[in-house]
Amino acid sequence: MSDKAADKPLRVRMPIGIDYKWCAGPASTDYLTGLKDGRLYGRRCPVCELVYFPPRNGVCARDGVMLGESVEVGPKGTVTTFCIVNVPFLGQTIKLPYVAATIILDGAHLGFSHLLQEVEATDVRMGMRVEPVWRDKSDWDYSLENISHFRPTGEPDAPFDDYARYL
Amino acid sequence: MRDVGIVAFAESQLTYGTTNTPVEMIVPTVNEVLKNAGIERTEVDFWCHGSCDYMTGQPFSFVAAVDALGAWPPIIESHVEMDGAWALYEAWMKIQTGEANVALVFGNGKSSAGDMNRALTLQQDPYTVAPLWPGLTAMEGIGACAALQAGTVTERQMAEAASRARRDGAKNGNVLVSGSESADELLSRAVTSAPFRDHDLPAMADGVSAIIIAAGDAAKRIAKRPAWIRAIDHRIDHQNLGWRDLARSTSAAIAASEVGVHNDKVDIAELHTTFSHHEQLLINALQLRPDATRITPSGGALVGNALMAAGLSRFGHSARAIFDGTADRAVAHAQQGACLQQNIVAVLEGN
Repeated sequence: MSDKAADKPLRVRMPIGIDYKWCAGPASTDYLTGLKDGRLYGRRCPVCELVYFPPRNGVCARDGVMLGESVEVGPKGTVTTFCIVNVPFLGQTIKLPYVAATIILDGAHLGFSHLLQEVEATDVRMGMRVEPVWRDKSDWDYSLENISHFRPTGEPDAPFDDYARYL
Repeated sequence: MRDVGIVAFAESQLTYGTTNTPVEMIVPTVNEVLKNAGIERTEVDFWCHGSCDYMTGQPFSFVAAVDALGAWPPIIESHVEMDGAWALYEAWMKIQTGEANVALVFGNGKSSAGDMNRALTLQQDPYTVAPLWPGLTAMEGIGACAALQAGTVTERQMAEAASRARRDGAKNGNVLVSGSESADELLSRAVTSAPFRDHDLPAMADGVSAIIIAAGDAAKRIAKRPAWIRAIDHRIDHQNLGWRDLARSTSAAIAASEVGVHNDKVDIAELHTTFSHHEQLLINALQLRPDATRITPSGGALVGNALMAAGLSRFGHSARAIFDGTADRAVAHAQQGACLQQNIVAVLEGN
């Protein structure tokens, strides 16, 4: 205990990291390359015939089989459920209140989440018909963020029975 | 105890560098094992999966695997962050509790997703070992040196294990490397990572293995000749390499003694040998006699190591030998962790 320096705990920095190679797989590759071209591709289950958009992991989670043919869907869709966001949070970039909606694209049977804009939050409802607003083409990447947001089309609402099965 | 038997086995074609996602890899093998058993997925009342998140770099990546199972109506499933052989162990216990009669277990790994030699370091102690990045080959090298110095394994035994694995691999077909070199020829090759030569290291693979186990009457209904799991035991050595005698596998020896490996003859023993020196360490621990017992006739993990599936495959290949009458009594072994840290040993019988 004589040497003060020796009593100090030794500190070492040992940063760790690993690089991974992630393969999107055939189904998501269709989906992502489609987005790069401004088109929306899902895949149909050969058993239940439902169309998955996005095609998740390339399999039908209901039937446990590989998804089949690639199917172009949308671009219009229907709001099935939604959430009005009122609470500010760190890193927030969108003006409050805003609506995060679950949308089923025409021809698809699986909802996905996206931002709803150009509409008052209080006017959003189940069954509302919406369409994508794309970012500038020069900004497109292999990403669903190529769609800036969805907005109402002004068409009459879809009847509940049209989407009740896919909620 | 309930009688539980292995009734079906399927193994994917081993590759390295698949462009499928892990989930896309799993689907065909799960469907194949159901087909081999001749049952519908609704007849499976427990599912158990073995995989390792460090291999994909995604926390909870195993959750996506449920997509591969057709989980509607809802299923009862579980996951182990281990080789699929540990999923089989959990399913066997589930059946023992009486809560299930038919279980499907599977393990999958995509070794090509990254540098697994480094990734597997993350399974070590996170404070004192993992940050040093020893790498699996270096850790196993320490183990091999300890065994060679103690004389529990010889260099020739390592070469003989590799030579046999490569010749058996050629017969099996579903492996990544094979060859017909003698032990002498292999010994004449350069030491690349002392004390290892290249053939002492496992051929890393992408692959999936799946097995169905069933209790009593259900097993008899599904399979003509189930491979009855007469006993199964799992033992663990200390994770700190410095606190273990690396020249022997204490946990494998205890597991072998618990399951009564030597209560009767052993026709074949499928050993989960990922580095060539493991084989002799396991022969010592299980007290096997290579003149009386055929060791790892599938070729084993040395010639095709689909991480998290290769241990379960040892159970599958043992069971296959029972199914087709090649063996009446077989030993299946699986390991996990560096330097044979964890070991499962099981005795399978046809009658």
